[in-house]
Amino acid sequence: MSATARITAGVVAVVVAAAALGYIAYGGIGENLVYYWSPTELVQAGPRAFGPIIRLGGLVKQGTVEWNKEANFIAFQVTDGKEQVKVENTGAPTQMFREGIGVVVEGTFSTDGVFRSNRLMVKHSNEYRAPQDGVPVEELYKTMEEEVNR
Amino acid sequence: MGMAKWEDAVGAIGLILLGVGHYMGLFIAPKEAMMGDVGRILYVHVPVAWISMLSFLVAFVAALGYFFRGTTTWDALMESAVEVGVVLTSLLLALGSLWARPTWGVWWDWDPRLTTAAVMLLAFLGVTALRRLVDGPEQRATWSAVATVVAFVNVPIVYFSVKWWRSLHQTQSSPKTVDPGMVTSLRVCAFAVLFIAIFFIARRWRIAKTRLENELAPPEALLDSEEA
Repeated sequence: MSATARITAGVVAVVVAAAALGYIAYGGIGENLVYYWSPTELVQAGPRAFGPIIRLGGLVKQGTVEWNKEANFIAFQVTDGKEQVKVENTGAPTQMFREGIGVVVEGTFSTDGVFRSNRLMVKHSNEYRAPQDGVPVEELYKTMEEEVNR
Repeated sequence: MGMAKWEDAVGAIGLILLGVGHYMGLFIAPKEAMMGDVGRILYVHVPVAWISMLSFLVAFVAALGYFFRGTTTWDALMESAVEVGVVLTSLLLALGSLWARPTWGVWWDWDPRLTTAAVMLLAFLGVTALRRLVDGPEQRATWSAVATVVAFVNVPIVYFSVKWWRSLHQTQSSPKTVDPGMVTSLRVCAFAVLFIAIFFIARRWRIAKTRLENELAPPEALLDSEEA
């Protein structure tokens, strides 16, 4: 293979790669591929959101968590600060779950305005903090359980 | 074999730093307030993420080097850096999955960060497969350099995925968002993984270079045995 052919292959490869990256970064792909809907988007979509399996993401609204231990069932409101949607999830969440934390739930939005999910994922932020002075981690988990069981 | 190479010293320092960093991460750094001990995955997952991307950057530069110079040295470096990047990315996904189950509640989900990272792994696995498929050394070098440059597009996409799109995965941490007691452990572990990756890239580069040189010009001993 001649040096010219090799360098031409290199230039073509770099141009193709740059074009692909540019398209993905600035081509608006993200507007059509959305990992989860916000409560506002879900409420605005109205009847169009009923039926298919979708994901809803937001914060667990303070004071809305109800846990039915016998039925292994948890209900809470997911909020983005503007709108909130009631979620009913079957199955137990991880110990990270608490009021005010970010969640992504997967399920269906029903005509009664309730989002029924069987897959609850708890987000972790990019913050890594040491426990506060004099409060062992086990205590934090205890208070979290108390909050959920209220 | 035989004489010690410069990368042996780098690898040894990497191993020592790995021991020190893990001791600091496991015993000196505080627990994470929300995650407890699970948060200590930080000290391995994040360094492996950084250095896997750095390995692919080395492969990208080596591919460009091959386009301009056409020498086995650059081709061998590309082969080596792609392989080390593939191993580190596999480790990255496995470690992330172990952390995800107790934190998110799932081993895996098709969120933008996880999906793009999986695509990045598959793309570079494709480069290694391509190198096995093509017999002619020059065609193999050129084609896999093209494939490496195209696969490298994944690296900035993985990095920016958490900024461009909504994801389950958190955005990048920084010293501002990480407790000072954890930052030092993270830094030591990052240098440990860096030095160990340099050792593997350099050693694998030597092996690939020797193999390529033998392929292009078989040693006389081999030619003699073929004639006999």
